[in-house]
Amino acid sequence: MNAALDAAFARAQDEGRAALIGYFPAGFPTVDDSIACIAAMVAGGVDIVEIGLPYSDPLMDGPIIQRAVEQALAQGTRTSDVLRVVAATAATGAPTLVMSYWNPIEHHGVEAFATELAAAGGVGVITPDLTPEEARPWIRATDAHGIARVFLVAPSSTTERLGIVTQSTTGFVYAASLMGVTGARTSLSTQAESLVTRTRAVTDRPVAVGLGVSTPEQVADIARYADGVIVGSAFVRAVIDAPDMPAALVAVADLARNLAAGTRRA
Amino acid sequence: MEQMPDSSGHFGQFGGRFVPEALMAAFDELDEAYRKAKGDPAFLAELAHLHRTYTGRPSPLTEATRFSQHAGGARIFLKREDLNHTGSHKINNVLGQALLTKRMGKTRVIAETGAGQHGVATATAAALMGLDCVVYMGEVDTQRQALNVARMRLLGAEVIPVTSGSRTLKDAINEAMRDWVTNVDTTHYLLGTVAGAHPFPEMVRDFHRIIGIEAREQILEATGALPTAVAACVGGGSNAIGIFHAFLDDPVALWGFEAGGEGVETGRHSACLTGGEPGVLHGARSYVMQDADGQTIESHSISAGLDYPSVGPEHAWLKDSGRAQYLPVNDDRAMDAFALLCRTEGIIPAIESAHALAGAIHLGHELGPDATIVVNLSGRGDKDVVTAARWFGLADV
Ligand SMILES: Cc1ncc(COP(=O)(O)O)c(C=O)c1O
Repeated sequence: MNAALDAAFARAQDEGRAALIGYFPAGFPTVDDSIACIAAMVAGGVDIVEIGLPYSDPLMDGPIIQRAVEQALAQGTRTSDVLRVVAATAATGAPTLVMSYWNPIEHHGVEAFATELAAAGGVGVITPDLTPEEARPWIRATDAHGIARVFLVAPSSTTERLGIVTQSTTGFVYAASLMGVTGARTSLSTQAESLVTRTRAVTDRPVAVGLGVSTPEQVADIARYADGVIVGSAFVRAVIDAPDMPAALVAVADLARNLAAGTRRA
Repeated sequence: MEQMPDSSGHFGQFGGRFVPEALMAAFDELDEAYRKAKGDPAFLAELAHLHRTYTGRPSPLTEATRFSQHAGGARIFLKREDLNHTGSHKINNVLGQALLTKRMGKTRVIAETGAGQHGVATATAAALMGLDCVVYMGEVDTQRQALNVARMRLLGAEVIPVTSGSRTLKDAINEAMRDWVTNVDTTHYLLGTVAGAHPFPEMVRDFHRIIGIEAREQILEATGALPTAVAACVGGGSNAIGIFHAFLDDPVALWGFEAGGEGVETGRHSACLTGGEPGVLHGARSYVMQDADGQTIESHSISAGLDYPSVGPEHAWLKDSGRAQYLPVNDDRAMDAFALLCRTEGIIPAIESAHALAGAIHLGHELGPDATIVVNLSGRGDKDVVTAARWFGLADV
């Protein structure tokens, strides 16, 4: 459990809305520009930030995020740069998590990663290709440093697996809205709501829904039943589509503002 | 030897299952289906029937007498997986998994391929069993193995060139995983080697064990004794593990030959057991070619089928336990051995297999004339004729 993260969900709850969680990859389009984009997301109304650690083999990501992380890596973004983006983001006051495939963390050293993340002001880590069964050293290291663990549940998760995953989760539970990879979808499946219902039956942790969410309407729909809504590819897309960085920052802040408006429950 | 892997798919510190939660149910389903099939005489009989009447098993063991003269005089025998239907060992695993696909009630298979041999085998089995088939192939590989792309299309498969990352085998696997997580209800991911998450390393190994079981009987019959050494090329590691397994408890040296590319010291190679470190790629912990931040380093090899920056976890275990030994073979040595086999035995090998042949020449000189070496000739070289002709300057191609 992490106090800052829990407080962000509690505040949103008190305000009658879901928390808005924004993903952005570190190092895209450059390290400094990613810091600026994330600041614009927070200024626009993102409550909680997920910073993507660029990885060479992002097998859960669709074309938009693939393209962004390939660019970040081609420019030489390192794990140390990601921690710099974490520190800058944490300084805005928004609870800041890292989203990373497992190998970069394991190769950095799980203990070292947890220590350095905590020192940078990070509050948690989302690990999309790590399940609790393989996470024993990670659980030890994160507990020791007060880093929240976020594991995923999916529409295919059995009730037994929902129990296993949520028991090891100390941040929020990341509910994948659909079976697939990241990237905007024009319509979301009905699987998400039943997954959240099934998840709530086995845990008191906040549940946030992500994958494919890109519009205020989708956010509003999810806000009815989930504690948080996660948006990623749409922010990256806004930057890709902008003619230059000043325009990108405006677009990102506008998108965050529109999405945040969607989080309010009627 | 103790039973490997354990029930959660670990070979010591290697193996395991590092996959998105969304796929856990599919891995569990596959594991259960495989365990049931393995104990079902009807399944085993059906597979054995296909091996005999479709693949043409048992594949022969051929003594390479003239080739042996260039290998320090050791007796060299070739396990002729090149003579299997579709031209490589890959069909052994594919038929097993295609039968499983039907048992699971799925109607579509997807596969990754490097050299195209696994893709061709998968397209073949899909045609035979009436399954839809999509093969992901790195764009670079579709160019250097164009013949196999045409074969797959003739067999009715859709071949999708992958343009992300390094555009080779590892990226084809990423793309297949993305397809699988999206279509898992109808689709089986027919992985082509002993890598990936549990149960793939164990299951694919078991489907290839027949190579070693036959070879062991055949060499005993031919020479009256066990061989001194068994040699195989190692990409993901399936042909090697297939021939190694029957000899694990014997006093027989097991040698795997990785692709040294332009030389391990140049960084342009695929020899992860020699030049990599333990890490997690594509769902399992094994040796991985990676940089200081754990980013995968692109591999290089003249052989598309060996051009992969990791290796099946059981090989990582066999290396660390000392039961098997692994050495890199550079492009030029492999091509020399390729040419030698063509001219001394009238057999055009796959360039992948030529790495094992080069390894056997090295071993033959080390072990001397009293030694017997069984080499797994994992595939034939039809697909490589253009590459070889270019290498040797033989044609205007
Ligand atoms: C003929 C042949 N041998 C070997 C390999 C390498 O795979 P593995 O190491 O799994 O046997 C391939 C892969 O495409 C191949 O086509």
